[in-house]
Amino acid sequence: MDKAEMLELYRQMVLIRLFEEKCEELYQKGKIGGFMHLYIGQEATGVGAVAARQPQDSLITGYRDHGIALAAGMSARTAMAEMLGRVTGCAKGKGGSMHLADINLKFWGGHAIVGAQIALAAGLAWADQFRQTAGCTLCFFGDGATNISYFHEALNLAAVWKLPVVFICENNKYGMWTPVEKVSAVTEIRRKASAYAIPSDSADGMDLLDVRAKTAAALAHCRAGNGPYFLEVHTYRYRGHSMGDQRPYRTQEEIRKWQAEDPIGKFEKVLLDSGIAPAEIDRVDDEVKAIMADAVQFAEASPVPDDSEIWTDIYVEN
Amino acid sequence: MAVLTIAKSIAQAIAEEMERDPSVVVLGEEVAAAGGTYGATSGLLDRFGEARVKDTPISEGIIVGAAVGAAMNGLRPVAEIMGINFAFLAMDMIVNHAAKVHSMFGGQFRCPLVVRTTSGGGRQLGATHSQTVEHLFAHFPGLKVVCPSTPADAKGLLKAAIRTDDPVMFVEQATMYSLRGEVPDDKDFLIPIGKSDVKRRGRHVTVVAYSNMVEISLKAATELAKDGIECEVIDLRSLRPLDLDPVFESFKQTNRAVVVEESWPTYGVGAEVATRLYEECFDYVDAPIQRVAQKEVPLPYAANLERAALPQVADVVRAVKAVL
Repeated sequence: MDKAEMLELYRQMVLIRLFEEKCEELYQKGKIGGFMHLYIGQEATGVGAVAARQPQDSLITGYRDHGIALAAGMSARTAMAEMLGRVTGCAKGKGGSMHLADINLKFWGGHAIVGAQIALAAGLAWADQFRQTAGCTLCFFGDGATNISYFHEALNLAAVWKLPVVFICENNKYGMWTPVEKVSAVTEIRRKASAYAIPSDSADGMDLLDVRAKTAAALAHCRAGNGPYFLEVHTYRYRGHSMGDQRPYRTQEEIRKWQAEDPIGKFEKVLLDSGIAPAEIDRVDDEVKAIMADAVQFAEASPVPDDSEIWTDIYVEN
Repeated sequence: MAVLTIAKSIAQAIAEEMERDPSVVVLGEEVAAAGGTYGATSGLLDRFGEARVKDTPISEGIIVGAAVGAAMNGLRPVAEIMGINFAFLAMDMIVNHAAKVHSMFGGQFRCPLVVRTTSGGGRQLGATHSQTVEHLFAHFPGLKVVCPSTPADAKGLLKAAIRTDDPVMFVEQATMYSLRGEVPDDKDFLIPIGKSDVKRRGRHVTVVAYSNMVEISLKAATELAKDGIECEVIDLRSLRPLDLDPVFESFKQTNRAVVVEESWPTYGVGAEVATRLYEECFDYVDAPIQRVAQKEVPLPYAANLERAALPQVADVVRAVKAVL
């Protein structure tokens, strides 16, 4: 990887971190409504995986979608405007935090019914297979989604139809407040793929380069017409399941242990070791701070949708 | 014009649309090699090949899930759910996704999907296989729900459903697949979705029905005509959009109405139509509007019990006489 690309991936991770911190602040001030799930701690998963995709490849995820949206290339302005329910948001203020999407980036959302995106991913991939676009689909979901029927139905169909999907389980160890081992008979999630004869691998979610390399290998498998691939990425969310989650279901010690492996800090060290000057890294940090300040200003200055907008976009043909 | 059964008219509609548009694909349980449980996809596999006509696992969630994803990404899937009772297993995908991906993402995505399914009782299948529940789907803005009553309507409405860019639940009636009627050969024969149809003219009572209840209502009308009672029978054809203009127009002449539905009356189509009539035509009401519907019980197996629970011609006759 050349220096420019390394700095770009670093920039994306910092952007996600600062975007999420700003969202947290604005949510606490009451400027963002609804449910909101932060990606802090999981940045290397989204950025690493998306970095491996080619332009014809599709992305889809669940409600913890800010990181994937930004990694896909959505501007901080557009994403923040959606958070604030403004007409300049990616969904014109109709989706909110859990429903970010941009068809032009082949980012198909932000789906907040647990596991539904896994079923939709099979369909996206089927369309690409049928139309011979050479496109694959990267489908992100949490460990909790691997216990729902969509997961099993979609993996089975993808295997039977040899669909070009990479199923990426972001195993952040908890489904809401419940640890994996309390709700899943199989705790090594990748083993579930073997029930559907889907090959699998695991990646260190705190290591961007590992996620990127494993995703690239998975995509190569799919693109060669071998059917789906399953990647379990071990990661951790520093914050709660959603905003306002103060429950004591995990120890400070556990959180500190993962933070010591912080994906941004880890990758910064890779940059320094590869000879990138600290000043260049600082410049990226400053640039991202400016982007975030601009994004918030843009979103706050944007108009809310007109009330008449409730009647638009219900049907294509009325 | 050829005389076809509803099953044949549906197969013809799908074949013509597949011929016309290479993005139309068919998926579902037993739709390919077997040609459909009720024969409504017969011949499609041989003609269009297995890339476009696909058998699926018995997994309703992923049948509709894959169809929604594919529809978003450029295909026009016609998904078959063998019975509407099994559509409950795909309810989330239909109401939370098919109905919402267009609006919730600000209009970016389209979902040109048809979910074909079979509704209704009368075949001694017991309570879980005999429900008439299309109105539940009609509750959701974002969906269109179409229920044909004749072979010609089935063809014209299905072709329109396949061509629309919105998700459509296309609800057929298992007891009607062998019903025969004249069907236009025109490859662009389309019936616009959201237009009710007057199936019989009459000046004494307005009878509103859809799907197989149209046939029952027409039989009742024939019987009543012997006593000089002329019913106007209006076929709703789609539950959403719900076109009540012809109903209002008729009611303003007759001042009396009966609504016939196969499902239970509580929260049903009859309740909706009657309310709208009271709202729009209050000054024209000469008698309380009557509903003919299924008894409020899970449908039993024994033939006599099933018959006793489902609406019959005699029930419509009785209801019409009650409003006169």
